[in-house]
This record gives sequence, structure tokens and C-alpha cells, in this order.
Amino acid sequence: MEGQILEAIVAIVVGIAAVALYYVGSNWLLDRVFADRVAPDGTVIKAYDRLRERVRPWLFVGPALLLLGLYLVYPAIQTFILSFYNSNAERFVGLSNYEWAFNDPEFQQSIGNNVLWLLIVPFTSTALGLLIAVLADRVRWGAIAKSLIFMPMAISFVGASVIWKFVYDFRGPGNPQIGVLNAIVVALGGEPQAWMTIPFWNNILLMVILIWIQTGFAMVILSAALRGVPEETLEAARIDGAGEVQIFFRIMIPQVMGSILVVWTTITIVVLKVFDIVLAMTNGQWDTEVLANLMYDWMFRGGGDFGRGSMIATVIMVAVIPIMIWNIRRFRQEEEMR
Amino acid sequence: MNVRIPIINLSIGGLLARLFLLFLVIIWTVPTFGLFVSSLRDKDQLIISGWWTAFQTTQRNEQGRTAPADEQIERDGVYVIEGSIFEEGANKSIVTYGGGFLPGEITDYRAGETITTEEGWSFTLNSDGTYVLTSPEPFDFERGKRFFYVAEIPPTFTFKNYEEVLNAEGLGQSFINTFTVTIPSTIIPIGIAAFAAYAFSWMEFPGRRWLFYLVVGLLVVPLQMALIPLLRIYNTIGIAKTYPGIWLAHTGFGLPLAIYLLRNYIGSLPREIIESAKIDGATHFQIFVRLILPLSVPALAAFAIFQFLWVWNDLLVALVFLGKRPDQIVMTSKLRELLGSRGDNWEILTSSAFISISVPLIVFFSLQRYFVRGLLGGSVKGG
Repeated sequence: MEGQILEAIVAIVVGIAAVALYYVGSNWLLDRVFADRVAPDGTVIKAYDRLRERVRPWLFVGPALLLLGLYLVYPAIQTFILSFYNSNAERFVGLSNYEWAFNDPEFQQSIGNNVLWLLIVPFTSTALGLLIAVLADRVRWGAIAKSLIFMPMAISFVGASVIWKFVYDFRGPGNPQIGVLNAIVVALGGEPQAWMTIPFWNNILLMVILIWIQTGFAMVILSAALRGVPEETLEAARIDGAGEVQIFFRIMIPQVMGSILVVWTTITIVVLKVFDIVLAMTNGQWDTEVLANLMYDWMFRGGGDFGRGSMIATVIMVAVIPIMIWNIRRFRQEEEMR
Repeated sequence: MNVRIPIINLSIGGLLARLFLLFLVIIWTVPTFGLFVSSLRDKDQLIISGWWTAFQTTQRNEQGRTAPADEQIERDGVYVIEGSIFEEGANKSIVTYGGGFLPGEITDYRAGETITTEEGWSFTLNSDGTYVLTSPEPFDFERGKRFFYVAEIPPTFTFKNYEEVLNAEGLGQSFINTFTVTIPSTIIPIGIAAFAAYAFSWMEFPGRRWLFYLVVGLLVVPLQMALIPLLRIYNTIGIAKTYPGIWLAHTGFGLPLAIYLLRNYIGSLPREIIESAKIDGATHFQIFVRLILPLSVPALAAFAIFQFLWVWNDLLVALVFLGKRPDQIVMTSKLRELLGSRGDNWEILTSSAFISISVPLIVFFSLQRYFVRGLLGGSVKGG
């Protein structure tokens, strides 16, 4: 164990030293190689100066671009290509992975569940986040309330899964229930349920975990956006006799629509990638499979089927692309306004 | 900025709003609180009663025996058997007793009351569990005499579960593994991203704009898209299941957000700073190191917290790029295994989960302001 700590410390030092050495060294080298030279008539030759400043940006962005290319761009293209190959990525099989998927009940189930997640989780998290942002700004203990609702953002999906698995815990009828949910059901005169094994509703209960995590995110972004709503606008509406509910729907929501879209799309991407919760809670049993977990499963199932795994990853990517394009366009517009 | 939003008057609507908010706060905190309380409970109690009963004094029907007759002593002409039915250090007290070799029912006699039996013995059970049995005649029985009592058990909490998971379950080792993964994976990308962010903000080079659009696009690429080819490369060059392999992977995956966040910040610094430094003859490298880096500390901190939490909480990358051997398995992966193998041992699951979420919670609550700043600066990112 001590050896490992030592190894980590050495790695940190070596890593930082290597990064520092690269930047310092390459810039020093550049200044040396293209140092200003003096012409025979005594003037400094500017050509070297210009050349130097043309190379330097690449020294700055080079490592980042290299890593981005190696770890994201190249693998993404490769994954797309592999989705047309067989399980050990050696033989081109055309569209057969996609054909297989269309007829595979597990894949169909995953698509259905993903759609359900996409319909429920972004909407609920955003709506709750907005509501809490509005309410918390109006009570004295609002800051504490926000902090507590934000807290699950710091908790891992697996940690959250343990927390909620305990909430959903089931003991046979007649035994004392130690899960809060079943304890409430029994206290209200109902029968305890093994929640995770009840198709459809188990999906909803898994979504609750993600909503629990993501609502704080929505709340923080929307709370900041609401601060930007001009007070004069709200005041004018109040003078005109608008109630708080009317102000909420007619003024606040339209004013922060941009932020709502950002939150919505961000959570949508989280939902498309949701993996840990399903793996930890049910591993896709009882009709709860989703694409990301299915992809992970195929990556290692039976020694690993890279073709099918890549195909499923590509399907997730295709769902993300519209949001990606929207993000880039929005970014361009913001840049033009700067 | 002063808060200009009026505090709601105590109207019906205002009251409902408050109650609703309170209700949400309770739902949001109770599950974590329940986990924490449970992790501190005795494992035998944990499985028979809900954690919400942990603060109550509970009563339990139990049975006890006197010592056997050969432990009797003779004192002032009477025969006496003395002792305590509780083990040393037991945190219990007797409420009522009765039944067994004694007359009446379990609730008939209060602690401290003396009972006379049919045989003419007299028996007293005190609330601390000590008892005295006396008789004018010598006792003659082999096994101790049995009786029943109601014991009161005050709330008890223990760190035993934590001791067990940290040592026997190997969570302590996982804790160190997680740190081993997290620290380099957090620090390495910062420097690389800061240089790139500076170049994207203040240096001229062909393709600058399009390359940055690429970075914005990469913000949302699902990791699933990168795993299989990387795993193949890693297997080929032999850095699969090694720490350097996962450090580099986390660095690569964290770079888009790092560059994006830092460029937003560095790009918004006043142009005059850079211009005047240039006039003084400073190179870009000097400007960056001496001026920009110190000014960017808040943004660097925001990203560092982000990346730290993300790497600490990650399961997918760890499952793909690290092994499950004891010297490599990280806490999220360990928790997931425990969920499978020890699914009913809630004393292990709750304490393990709490250990794994404790570090992010400390980071979160102590550095919340930076975390929020990071979120607001990078809300394009897909988590």
C-alpha cells in the first residue's frame, strides 16, 4: 500500500514535470532556433520574429489537440467504422449488426426504455429545478434548501444507487420493513412490494435516482438565469395586477427559456449515457435495459463483441448529434455577439 | 448584488410554497441521512428495524437464567445465588419481569420488586440486571432457573461497520486506489488545457475558430463512442489495466470541458493587459506564465473541482481501463461488486457507500462556490 502511494506521488511529480518541461523546453528551443538575427547593416531581421510567432501557437495547443485526437476524435470515427465489422473487428459485415439490432428484443427494449427516460427525466428535473429556484429565492432559509437539494450532484451514480436501493428495500409481508418506501406503504395499509422486479414501475424508480441527482444542476443554472430577469419587468407586471403564478408562467419562463433549453439538453445527454444506475440496481433485468448498459454488456459479453458494442455506441452518438450541432451553433452566435 | 426579490407574505399561497419546498428538501435529504444513520447502527438491529427507529429507546422481550445451584453461598443462615444477567458493558436496563420459575407474567413485576416463589424462595431483579435469589434451605437444581423480562435498549451507535469494511472488505485499499486514480487525472489536464485555452483566446493561427468548434462539439460526445477502439489500442501496446493508462484516458476525456471553461475565462480577461505586456517586449509564453496563469486561479480551481468529482465518481472508465484486482479496484467499482455479492448486508453497503461519498461531499460543501461557478461557466457540457 505504501508502495502504491509512493508510485502515485512519483507519477504526479513526473507527470507535472513532463508537462512543464515540454512547454518551457519547446518555447525555449523556439526562441533559440529562430532567435532574432542582426543583418550586416545593423537592423534586426523581422522575418524570424514572424516565423517564431507563427509556430508558437502550435506549441501551445499541440498537446491538447494530440490528446483530443487520440482519445476522442479518432476513437469516435473508429467506433463508427467498427459498427460495420464482426465481433472481433476483422471482417466487414455491412449492416448486419444494425439488422440484428432491429430484431433483438433486448435492443428494442433498450430503445423503448431510453425513450421513456428521455421523456421523463429531463422534463421532471428541469421543472423541479425551476420551481425550487423560484421558491428558494423567496424564503429566508432558501440558501440552505438550495445547498441540500444541490448535494446529490456530488454523489456518484453508484453511491446514489446504494442510497436508493436501501429506500426501495423489500422484506416479505409480516416482517418489519427497513426500506422507507415499503415502510410507508405498509403504514398506509398496503402490501410491501419488491419494487425492482415490477416492470415499468421499476424504470420509473430508477429514473427517480437520476432526477434526484440532476435537479440540483437545473436549479443552480436556472436560479442564476432568474437573477437576470429585470426587476422592473416583474414590478410592472405586479402593478398591472398579475398574480405570482401568472408572473411565473408569463414572464419568468419566457425570460429564462434559453437557460431552460441548455439545462434540458444537458440532462438529455446525461440520460442517453445513463449506465451506472442501471448496472448497479438491476443490470438490465426485469425489463429495465438501456442502451448504454447494453453497450457495456456487449463490449465484454462472450469475450467481447466489438461490432455490436460499436453499433450500440453509434446509435447513442446519433441521438447526441442534433444537440451537438445546436450547441455549436449557439456557441457561434454567442461568439459573434462578443 | 443585492437581492431584490420580496420575501413572500404569509399568505395561504406563501405558506403552501414554503411547505412544498420543505417537502422537497426532506425528500432530497432523507435517503442520504438514512444511509448515514444505518451505517452507524448495530448490524443485528439494522436488519430488524427501520433506521428511523434508531433514535428511540426500544423494548424487547428477553429471557434469562440464574446461575446454577452449585454457585450458591451461605450467608447469615440463608442460601444465596447472586449475579447479573447482562454481559459486562451491555447497554440495557430491565423494565419488568416475571414468568418462568417465577409467578405471574413478564410484565407483572417492576425491576427492583421482590417476588416470593411457591418454593418459598425470594427473588429480586434490579434494573441494572443484577439479581439475588435467597432461600432458607440449600438450593438443589442443575441448570439455572429461567425467567422472562422486558429490557429497554437505548439508541446505540457504533463504528464497528466502518472498521469492518475498511479492513476485512478491503475498502481501505480501494480508497487509496481511488486517490491514486483521481489526483493525477485532475492535475495533468489543467496545465495542458490552460496553454490551449490561452492560444485559443489570444494567439492567431490558421483554423483557430474551427478547432474550437471541434472542442465545443467534443464536449457532448458520449464516452461510449471512445471505449472500444481505445481498449483495443491499450491491449495492443500493453497499458490496459495500468494506472498511467487510466490517467491518460481521464486526461483526454476531461480536456474538452477544461479547454472550454478556461477559454471562457481567459478570453474574457481585458485585452489591455496582454497588449501592454507585449509592448514591454514579453513573449506569449512569458505573458501566459507570469500574467494569465495567476489571474486564472478561480477558473483553474473550478475545473479542478469538476474533474476531481467526475473522476472520483466515475465507474465506466474504471471498469474498462482498470483491473478488479485488490490493488487496482476503485471504490465505485468495489461498491458495485458489494451490491452484487453482499446485497443483503446493509451494514456493509451503507458504511462502504458513505465512505465513498464522504470525500466528494466534503469537497462539495467546502468549495461549493467554485463548483457553482464551474457549472455556470460550462453548462454546455453533458456531464
